[in-house]
Amino acid sequence: MEGNGEELTAQETALYDRQIRVWGADAQRRLSKAHVLVYGIKGTIAEFCKNIVLAGVGSLTLIDDRIASEEALSSNFLIPPDENVYAGKTLAQLCCDSLKDFNPMVRVSVHKGDLSSFDVEFFYSFDVVIVSSCSLPAKKLVNEKCRKISSKRVAFYTVDCRDSCGEIFVDLQDYKYSKKKLEETIECHLQYPSFEEALSVPWKELPRKTSKLYFAMRVIEKFEEAEGRSAGEVSVADLPGVLKLKRELCAAQSLNESHVPDTLLERLVTSTLEFPPVCAIIGGILGQEVIKAISGKGDPLKNFFFFDAFDGKGIIENISNSNA
Amino acid sequence: MASSHPHSSEAIRGAKVLMVGAGGIGCELLKTLALSGFRDIHIIDMDTIEVSNLNRQFLFRQSHVGQSKAKVARDAVLKFRPHINIKPYHANVKDPEFDVDFFKQFNVVLNGLDNLDARRHVNRLCLAANVPLVESGTTGFLGQVTVHVKGKTECYECQPKPAPKTYPVCTITSTPSKFVHCIVWAKDLLFAKLFGDKNQDNDLNVRSSDAASSSENVEDVFVRRNDEDIEQYGRKIFDHVFGYNIELALSNEETWKNRNRPKPIYSKDVLSDELAKLNGNIDKNCAFDDEFSVSAMASLGMKNPQDIWSLKENSRIFLEALRLFFTQRGKDVGNLTFDKDDQLAVEFVTAAANIRAASFGIPLYSLFEAKGIAGNIVHAVATTNAVIAGLIVIETIKVLQNDIESYRMTYCLEHPSRKMLLMPVEPFEPNKSCYVCSETPLTLEINTKRSKLKDFVEKIVKAKLGMNLPLIMNSSNLLYEADAEDDMVAIYAANLEKVLAELPSPVTGGTMLRVEDMHQEFGCNVNIKHREEFDEEKEPDGMVLSGWTKHVSAPENKDKPAANNGASTSEASVPAAESDEVTIVSPSKKRKLTDDSGIPNAPAGEARNHQDELQVIDDEDDLVMLEGSMEGFKKRKLS
Repeated sequence: MEGNGEELTAQETALYDRQIRVWGADAQRRLSKAHVLVYGIKGTIAEFCKNIVLAGVGSLTLIDDRIASEEALSSNFLIPPDENVYAGKTLAQLCCDSLKDFNPMVRVSVHKGDLSSFDVEFFYSFDVVIVSSCSLPAKKLVNEKCRKISSKRVAFYTVDCRDSCGEIFVDLQDYKYSKKKLEETIECHLQYPSFEEALSVPWKELPRKTSKLYFAMRVIEKFEEAEGRSAGEVSVADLPGVLKLKRELCAAQSLNESHVPDTLLERLVTSTLEFPPVCAIIGGILGQEVIKAISGKGDPLKNFFFFDAFDGKGIIENISNSNA
Repeated sequence: MASSHPHSSEAIRGAKVLMVGAGGIGCELLKTLALSGFRDIHIIDMDTIEVSNLNRQFLFRQSHVGQSKAKVARDAVLKFRPHINIKPYHANVKDPEFDVDFFKQFNVVLNGLDNLDARRHVNRLCLAANVPLVESGTTGFLGQVTVHVKGKTECYECQPKPAPKTYPVCTITSTPSKFVHCIVWAKDLLFAKLFGDKNQDNDLNVRSSDAASSSENVEDVFVRRNDEDIEQYGRKIFDHVFGYNIELALSNEETWKNRNRPKPIYSKDVLSDELAKLNGNIDKNCAFDDEFSVSAMASLGMKNPQDIWSLKENSRIFLEALRLFFTQRGKDVGNLTFDKDDQLAVEFVTAAANIRAASFGIPLYSLFEAKGIAGNIVHAVATTNAVIAGLIVIETIKVLQNDIESYRMTYCLEHPSRKMLLMPVEPFEPNKSCYVCSETPLTLEINTKRSKLKDFVEKIVKAKLGMNLPLIMNSSNLLYEADAEDDMVAIYAANLEKVLAELPSPVTGGTMLRVEDMHQEFGCNVNIKHREEFDEEKEPDGMVLSGWTKHVSAPENKDKPAANNGASTSEASVPAAESDEVTIVSPSKKRKLTDDSGIPNAPAGEARNHQDELQVIDDEDDLVMLEGSMEGFKKRKLS
């Protein structure tokens, strides 16, 4: 069967010509055998899906049972804004219809169900699992299920954009890869903490210059959990509560409150719509990271990435016990 | 960005933007602009869609191949944002219809271009129209975005740009040491000699001491006699260029004192008993759909373009490709130029380059890699373009809000620098001595008694100043105008042939010339200094221009030319190159980073010397060869 063997087909070579020149035929072969799962489809995930489908992964599975609404369309170019088309359909179904068209060589499909109901066996069928717009407990749970699979590594990512800020978390567990240094290829090894382990690193042990977004995102995440909200379900009316929680967390963690500016928290709760340029940036970086993880080529980021359009910096933070 | 809801701001909804380029960056940019709330977007692109675009130019599908990029991109974006205005132009941005008045209708211009020449052109029009320009480029995982606002930040031409990659002719003709030298030889010399215009100059034959006397005989070798058997002809060419010419070169002992001696290769040694069998195996009537599907690989049953062929396989491909050119594409022979999308041409050049490489002890390369080198194919992935497009929109919004303090130049890096993958730096102030955006005159040293006006127009006005429709004045006297009235054409043509000092209004030391481009609405003054002698090696033009932003040399990658594709550029006017992008190689570490508060802290007017740190790489189609010490020093372009 075509595409199953060790060699790329003529069709694949022609289509992927420019990117094979970036990452090599070997990486392209690995990509074409990889299975990717995404949960929670907003603008950032739509961008990511576009990137990974164009790159030529083996398959992409989409989960999002929410029925399409006006708001869901705001930064999602995969859904036509025609009520006759989207009415009554789930986000996953609509995005799947659109993505299939991008690259006939990629199998795009929809899976239904609630994230916390999937067992370890389910995640075993994927190489990469990405969750977005879901609660803190759900993120931790899926991460732990991926880690329970011992016979292979399932790379785990979370990604979220709020206002003009974005965050990516990466767990590649025990990760070996190769990279080019001068003319030599050298072998590298990285140990990643789980999401829960990373979050348990005491704040006061983190370097003073750690991105303020890291702390701000944790405050909002905690607030939503404590209030029983779903991800992104906050508004400016919640600001007093969010600021109160911030003070409590800073006190408990012995962190100076100036590391979590009130103005930043205010931005994050005021506008919950994603800012499309940030979706493109975060979705692009995430796509690149997933391609690195699948191909085993190049330095993957460890283990958080932050972008804020206000200062324009795209920063990598290593939040793990090893840097304590 | 002052607002917490930048995407809903009035500035965006009321803005009219011009995008130049609907390729890799352009597709991503158009999508992100539309999602961000932009409602009036004009887009210019002269290209049509190709299969190799589809891995990243996501607005295009297989069924669109051959159609206008600008038009298809518009239709695709209207599917998810039906109520906005997108106006496509399937045209060259350098066309006269896109004049200063055209540019003036826009609030901002966004470049997603693939070549230096068009970038310079748009830069000048934006300066003339006083419209801000957001410039961008990507290669592989690298990219950058810059903001050019007249009087506030540097213009695109304030900084040095990379020089075209040049190779001494003798390196190409006699002493190749890298695979890329073999590619240039195979493409620009051998391929051109066999299949191109016979009237063009060609340095294919090594010029040893006796070359002049035997040149007529040598010339005959390449001409196929009417009745000559194609197999015999192919073997004759093979033996001549890989055998006889190498023997001839070896006879010049001086050359090989400090070099490895090449090994002559004759077809009988490589294909000893092979040929008879080979002949039998090939289906001479093998049918091909169209001329671009004619393939020596297909005809020899070789499939994988990633394989590195043996010397024998290369030799078989060489002979088969040559045979197919004459038998299947005979009508093309005599007017072919190398085209990376011409499969048979790529096969021929790959095989010829590899055989030459084998002769000189240089490692061989696969067809896939050779194609990249020969076609100057730029590496490109969707993700970098998406990231860069996002950054462009962020800068565009700042420009529309006139938030000058927040403008940033941003680098997208492959490896983090100070923990950053996306690194913003403050934009530079305009270069006070930039001949494009300041009034600073240039100085030209030239022999006014020997150089003709034509030399000045070609070597300076067009090649260095990048003008398309120049006009030259000496005080109030017009000496030349490209777009002249009928009655003046003959006078200007006569002027071109005159030496400067003998023009109707003589140009001598101390003269100040005014040079303008009517289309770009750009002009500059040139101080003329008379000088008698020029060093032929160091000053091959026979004139020296100072005060303009010189080109810097692109870095050379030692052993892997494939990694270097994007690097060859040209400052001369060349058709737009194949792919989308430009890029940085190494961002300037000395550019000021913003501090945590985001407040710019660079002292105004600080002299910033960054000429040596910044390397911008552009991609273009041709290589330039600089003739070296072996045979006189004149610079010229091969193509």
